[in-house]
Amino acid sequence: MDVIFEWFRVLYDETGINLPFLYDAYDRNRMIDGFFTTIRLSLVCLFFSVLIGVVGAWLQGSTFKWTRRIVNGYIQLFRNTPPLVQLYFFYFAIGTMLPTVENDWGGQSPILGSFAWAAISLSFFAGAFNVEIFRSGIEAVPKSTVEAAEALGFSRLQIYRDVTLPLAFRVVLPALNNNLVNLVKTTTLAYAIAVPEMLYEANQIWSDNVNVTEMMIFLLLAYFVLVGILVGGMNRWERAMRIPGFG
Amino acid sequence: MSYKTDLPVMKPFKPREPEPLLGFRPWHFVVIALIAVFGPSLAFAQAGVPLLTPFAVLLDWVPLLLQGFIFNLAISFLAMALGTALGTLLGLGQISLSRVTRGVSWFLTQFFRNAPWLVLLFFAMFLLPFEINLLGLSIPFPDWFKAILGLSLPVMANVSEIVRGAVKSLPSGQWEAAESLAYSRRQTLWLIILPQCVKRMLPPWMNLYSILTMATVLASIVGVSEVMTLTGQALAAEGGRPELLAPFYGFVLLLFFAYCYPIARFTVRLERKFAVIN
Repeated sequence: MDVIFEWFRVLYDETGINLPFLYDAYDRNRMIDGFFTTIRLSLVCLFFSVLIGVVGAWLQGSTFKWTRRIVNGYIQLFRNTPPLVQLYFFYFAIGTMLPTVENDWGGQSPILGSFAWAAISLSFFAGAFNVEIFRSGIEAVPKSTVEAAEALGFSRLQIYRDVTLPLAFRVVLPALNNNLVNLVKTTTLAYAIAVPEMLYEANQIWSDNVNVTEMMIFLLLAYFVLVGILVGGMNRWERAMRIPGFG
Repeated sequence: MSYKTDLPVMKPFKPREPEPLLGFRPWHFVVIALIAVFGPSLAFAQAGVPLLTPFAVLLDWVPLLLQGFIFNLAISFLAMALGTALGTLLGLGQISLSRVTRGVSWFLTQFFRNAPWLVLLFFAMFLLPFEINLLGLSIPFPDWFKAILGLSLPVMANVSEIVRGAVKSLPSGQWEAAESLAYSRRQTLWLIILPQCVKRMLPPWMNLYSILTMATVLASIVGVSEVMTLTGQALAAEGGRPELLAPFYGFVLLLFFAYCYPIARFTVRLERKFAVIN
């Protein structure tokens, strides 16, 4: 492995193509950390946004008028405002209002760090889209199926959890995957509040080494490959989950 | 095998458009906006400092912020125009008869679609020169122009997909009928296929525009002085009072909502109008 890494140092000496995240152990660790932060942020947001989608779709089917209205208001608000401004609003406006806690060094630090705020903000953003996606999936489940479940004595929650949702999940998968791929691309916004994800770490490295061009091209390729793998995997999963003879 | 039955396993799935902001009466909005913008500042008002109230401060800065917002809109118009022009070409390339053109267009589309907007913006910002020397004439490249180029790249890729999708969604009978009437390929495309596609492309195109408008704030990260940058500067000029943060950022949210929400509603209406009933 070291031989390969050293080759890139030689490459830099010979041609001036500087890829310090390959030959320099410190930069390499930064880049790897950044990569895993991106993955972690994506996974956390993915989990919570799907959760918001499922719960929101359930609330939207509520019989209370105001529950439906509030969910609708949330959807419209988060769909029609820039995610970056939402992120700033959460991090700066709401973040500064929360109480601070004493940290290990005796100083005051906010209760939630930038990673947590990025996760919250992006989950709400992607969740707003997921609610609509799940809702339309639920509407694709025929009324007769729900009635049959009712006749068998299922409660409303049981019907949602055991009958409607599993059926809906399979048809919403393409739309859901689309949104989740978008979510992964949106995690780059966390750069703005200094979450050390891939873009942020790349920025650190190019600030230290003045190799903007190489880092930029590497970053573009890295995201292209990352998202490409994700899209490919999702497509395979979609094919496997397809309901035969439907759509 | 398909047959008709009264008890379908599943009904057709169609991504549903969100409901309008509902039976809200206008005064509901006023109340919500007031709570959202001024509620947080009330909490700080107890400090009782003889400063201007957050609302008064915000009012002072509104003209400047609106100017910034108009700059955002200008960026979005230009990026959309450029992205649409390039994207249409790329989309037509994707349905070209030549394998090479098709492959290259497909790759470019996928590449720029899969890359995050912010990364593309950084790409354009840092890798384009600040001026070009052409025949002894130096053409300056201001940062806002580079931002437009950076934002138009993902727009281009998305428009390309919209064009391809619209052309593919037309029944193949259109092509065959045109061929039987001895239209050339170019004539078929320009006189028969594309005019029908415009209707199908309009709603997703408007969706894309709305997304682009919301992405223009990304330019603040790379230093273009649009509404987000100005907000930050205004907050700094006011001495970084924490009770100002919520009204200012809330105001920016409100600006974008007021602009993008009507577009979203209009798109839904268009979609319904153009829907093909089968």
